[in-house]
Amino acid sequence: MTTKGGSLTEVKEEPEQIEEDHVEASDSQEPVNISQEQENDVKDDGQPESIEQPLKEQEINSPAPNASAQASPSSSERKEQTVGKGLSRFLPGWLKKQKSLSPLETTEDKEAEKDIPQAEDMHPVEEEQPEPVCTSSELEVKKEEKVDEETKIDERVEQLSVNSGELQPVEEEKIVESLEKDVGMNNADVITEEKKEESNKGEDPQKAEDTSKRSPLKIPKKIKVMQSKVLMLDGSESSYEIEKRAKGQVLFDKVCEQINLLERDYFGLAFRDAADEKNWLDPAKEIKKQIRNCPWQFSFNVKFYPPDPSQLTEDITRYYLCLQLRQDIVSGRLPCSFVTHALLGSCTLQAELGDYDADEHKTGYVSELQFAPRQTKELEEKICELHKTHRGLTPAQADAQFLENAKMLSMYGVDLHHAKDSEGVDIMLGICANGLLIYKDRLRINRFAWPKILKISYKRSNFYIKIRPGETEQFESTIGFKLPNHRAAKRLWKVCVEHHTFFRLLSPEQTPKSKFLTLGSKFRYSGRTQAQTREASTLIDRPAPYFERTSSKRLSRSLDGGPVDGINEVGLLQDSSSLDVPQSSTAEVTASKVGVIKVEATDEKIEVKGKTTPSKESQLEMPMEMKNKSLSIEGENIYIRHSNLMLEDLDKTQEDLLKHQASISELKRSFMESTPEPCPNEWENRLTKPLSLQTEGDHASRAEGFPAGAGDIGKSSDEKQKSETEEQAEVVVEETIVIEEVKRAPSHSKVKLEKAVESSTVVPASKVSSKEGHASSSDSHSESEEEAEYHPQIKEGENIKREKNEFKTFTTVGMESKVSVTEFDKVRFPMVHKMQDVPEESLQELQNGELQEAKQKQEDTRPKLNGDVSYVDSDAVPEVVCCSEPPVVKTEMVTISDTVSPDKTEISTKEVPIVQTETKTITYEAAQGDGSGDNDPGVLMSAQTITSESICTTMTTQITKTVKGGVSETRIEKRIVITGDTDIDHDQALAQAIKEAKEQHPDMSVTRVVVHKETELTEDGDE
Amino acid sequence: MASFGKYTHAIVRGIPAGVGVKDGEESEGCGLDAAKLHRQLGVYTGILRQKLGLQVIELPASEQPGLPLSLCVEDAVVVQGDTALLTRPADPDRRKEVATVKKVLEELKLRVFEVTDEKATLDGSDVFFTGREFFVGISKWTNHKGAEYVAEAFKDFTVSVVHIPEPHHLKSFCSMGGPSTIIIGNSEVAQKVIKAMEQLTDYQYDKLSVPDDAAANCIYARVGNKCNALVHRTADEFPESSKVFKKLPDYTLIPASCTEVAKLGASLSSCSILINKKFEY
Repeated sequence: MTTKGGSLTEVKEEPEQIEEDHVEASDSQEPVNISQEQENDVKDDGQPESIEQPLKEQEINSPAPNASAQASPSSSERKEQTVGKGLSRFLPGWLKKQKSLSPLETTEDKEAEKDIPQAEDMHPVEEEQPEPVCTSSELEVKKEEKVDEETKIDERVEQLSVNSGELQPVEEEKIVESLEKDVGMNNADVITEEKKEESNKGEDPQKAEDTSKRSPLKIPKKIKVMQSKVLMLDGSESSYEIEKRAKGQVLFDKVCEQINLLERDYFGLAFRDAADEKNWLDPAKEIKKQIRNCPWQFSFNVKFYPPDPSQLTEDITRYYLCLQLRQDIVSGRLPCSFVTHALLGSCTLQAELGDYDADEHKTGYVSELQFAPRQTKELEEKICELHKTHRGLTPAQADAQFLENAKMLSMYGVDLHHAKDSEGVDIMLGICANGLLIYKDRLRINRFAWPKILKISYKRSNFYIKIRPGETEQFESTIGFKLPNHRAAKRLWKVCVEHHTFFRLLSPEQTPKSKFLTLGSKFRYSGRTQAQTREASTLIDRPAPYFERTSSKRLSRSLDGGPVDGINEVGLLQDSSSLDVPQSSTAEVTASKVGVIKVEATDEKIEVKGKTTPSKESQLEMPMEMKNKSLSIEGENIYIRHSNLMLEDLDKTQEDLLKHQASISELKRSFMESTPEPCPNEWENRLTKPLSLQTEGDHASRAEGFPAGAGDIGKSSDEKQKSETEEQAEVVVEETIVIEEVKRAPSHSKVKLEKAVESSTVVPASKVSSKEGHASSSDSHSESEEEAEYHPQIKEGENIKREKNEFKTFTTVGMESKVSVTEFDKVRFPMVHKMQDVPEESLQELQNGELQEAKQKQEDTRPKLNGDVSYVDSDAVPEVVCCSEPPVVKTEMVTISDTVSPDKTEISTKEVPIVQTETKTITYEAAQGDGSGDNDPGVLMSAQTITSESICTTMTTQITKTVKGGVSETRIEKRIVITGDTDIDHDQALAQAIKEAKEQHPDMSVTRVVVHKETELTEDGDE
Repeated sequence: MASFGKYTHAIVRGIPAGVGVKDGEESEGCGLDAAKLHRQLGVYTGILRQKLGLQVIELPASEQPGLPLSLCVEDAVVVQGDTALLTRPADPDRRKEVATVKKVLEELKLRVFEVTDEKATLDGSDVFFTGREFFVGISKWTNHKGAEYVAEAFKDFTVSVVHIPEPHHLKSFCSMGGPSTIIIGNSEVAQKVIKAMEQLTDYQYDKLSVPDDAAANCIYARVGNKCNALVHRTADEFPESSKVFKKLPDYTLIPASCTEVAKLGASLSSCSILINKKFEY
């Protein structure tokens, strides 16, 4: 069963969100009958996909009599959603599918099968879940209608239908989840499954029947399959068959699987909307709802450019990043000087062609590849010249060198958006890992680091950021920008939210539950943060996968090696620009892909039968599980607690913010806030509260059900649900907005409007509101929100002071040093990390000159953790420095504390000697000025440990989150072990390490640096 | 930038005839002590040559007598790495200087860009390179269009703009004192500007504040592999400020006076163009 469950999960994932919504809604609406649901569906006709999800589920899960009648639409139908709904509906879907499906399709079938088996396997749980109230035909109809329109409305309908049945199934769902988890599925998947199940349950009154029926009916899926084309980074195009209602994650996973990518979180799928604007496909939402009427064409791209690519774990990941950057460069998005073009180009050559070979590389071999937007002869000569200098570099090394240079570029990882400032002047807004950049004509005119930004919001086509007051300023200020249109504003806002979450937070933020009063999108980044993905990657344990570097080759050679003409530059440009795929090369590529897909299919089967999740998943999952474990310290309630915690955090932050604002001045309230928050009417309050409460209840129960491993997932799902509920509430408040949007919507507008109106009129006030809420919530999901807010600072208990980006002054060094001798009980890093012959000078330098630097760095940088030990230290006993214990040694500890800056950081470097050594420990410590006294250890919220190694350094990072007196504090301790002998400039290495730490955690400050040096005594006397 | 502060060449210009003549027609020349000027420049060139080990290229003195500002070769060009951007000084009289600089740069095989837009003005003294990014002062001499050229020429780097009130150039009160150290004057203007830069930058710099704005303009260079050298105004000129420099650890401090050029509004750094050109091919 477990295996099956896993397969199931995939399928189910897609519907998650909607179902969640439904669940929430259902709580309130429980009493709703199937008939109502159906009605809703009918109403929904105009609405796109929302209905479809329920259908699929129904079909798959429950072969109830109705269901059988429903017959899944053939694959072709699915593809052409609008067209094929007629008769096919009535035919048994499974029959058609089986026959019609090509190899690719078979995979889908398998999935469907899996789903079915799941149901069987799951019996305990699923039996209850059974089937959807609506007949398939109905559903289909709905689907058709839905196709055109905006998802929002559809969602409403679905939600309603779902709601009726949903409540009961919760417990069951939990169980299922646990099973699934066991299987080894991804957390996200599990969640989705659960949700789906829920929805199913709600829908199906005849659960028992369904289960019985299902087992026989396994095959019958009505699932519509869409051909999704994905433009890969190497310029090839792959197609995947994706269930029409699949969530973005499904497609994304397939793509990543095909290209053998484990470190996926930096990447994403993008599509071009009707306005030809590039949008990111939200993995947590249905694809169909996001792309609406646009073709199922996507491009696989880097979404979050890692500031330090050398920290990526796998070469293959770096390779894909390289491909992206080459696109960026050729397209001109990433401007480079001539010299840089030449250097990067030569690295590319080295990576793809290997060492320069005069025989093989005739004149002009460089021109076969495209390196720059305008490639001159001179550039090519220079590239060739530099290529010769790279002799001996492996492809991976060449890539690494490429990245080391590319990451320095000014526009590396900057996502630019056109906008106008408050005076109507054309500017560009650039979002990057560090914050928001503002350009005018390529010149940077302003910059807002994440720590400076209190709130990000948008309303209509306006985008706002609220800025933390500077030292001299008393009030927050809000800066508004005008985007070309509403969608652009929302897109920008989402990108901001995602970047902030990914780069600044340790874990994704949950949608705040307390947000009823605010309007707009509850969108949150739901993926893993950089911190999480790094942690996860440390667990990757596979032999470096083989892959062929083909990016530029494709220009000169086809996949099989034959020359392809003419694609060259044009092709590249297209690629970079995006979805338009050069057709010429496609054929071959697809062919190969088909093969791949087949493979996948087999894999899936295996899963179904048995047990193993694909290696990738399992590996990646591990980290998550680990976290959960760490979390579980607190006991069974962890999940609940965790989810609550997240919420609490949010609440706190919000509260804090509120207080803050209030204290500062109500009058000064930012215009942002005032605008978006219409005073809630009683209506809203009523509605929202009950909803939220209900949802919470659900969460809690579910949470309990979660196995430890699923904790994260659970949270996210909970969060989502909550957020959705909230959204509902919000939406309800402003019906008008929804309607407006509907109107705006191009083709479907009329239908939608009507429906919206209908629903509102028909239903009694309270019900109406709830319904609309659902609908609206779906809307928000589907991107139609008018406005939304995001408070970037929420999670981090950072100090305002620290966050200021201020240059350090040389004069700030004030220190007192304490010397103590300590003996150590533990040898942390046995033999491996040995430092020999450390020049004594370096120590002194540290004490003198470098101290200043160190301190300065400390202030801004992040905390570093050494293993557990340091963690403990940091909390309660500031001065304790843990050192590994050298066999024979004199250990000297120098503690220097800086009165000026407060904080939580530690950097310790430790080396364990084998022989006689001298050990010195120097602690640079910042005074605890934050007011977050360290006496109170606080409540441990989460902890994680990350280890990474490079050539001569080993870095162990421990991240702990604690709550003290209502303030959450994140402490990161890094232990960096620098190993080597005299040749290595240790100070340099340390400085580098600190610098890196800073870069990684720009918002945090370094509170303590512990330098522990061990030197062999033999050579040098002691100091 | 590992190479920051490394230079191989310096370009200076000879003192034009007629400078310091007491009845000089140019108001700018008034008050200049020609002898002192010669002496100071001599010392300056000597420092570049001997202390910093640079190959000094001396441009012929401007043929236009009485244009002592031509000494400020820095205004004519912005050099970073292999790339040079010939500027378009706001003062039309000074644009001729650019051509002479261009020749030399081409001989050095730098990639030379020029400001071609008629509406653009750019003075090298308003361009401040920190090793990681550029700041361009929008000032009386430099406008936004001019700054765009900096961004165009040095695409690898972020170019941020800061506004500089009337009498100043950006580098009138700041300079680099090390790979990540900015020396900044203490005046209100200077502090305002440094704040703006802090806001704009992605990086962390150490800030070394000196009491006198003029003293904040120094020349930082790395000599050999490890030696940090800082050419700064003498203790005679700015006693308080020169004390501050002593805080810099392991620095070779080289005092140089330039009272005469300073009368023109110029500074230490403006009298030379420093270039790091390795001859690879």
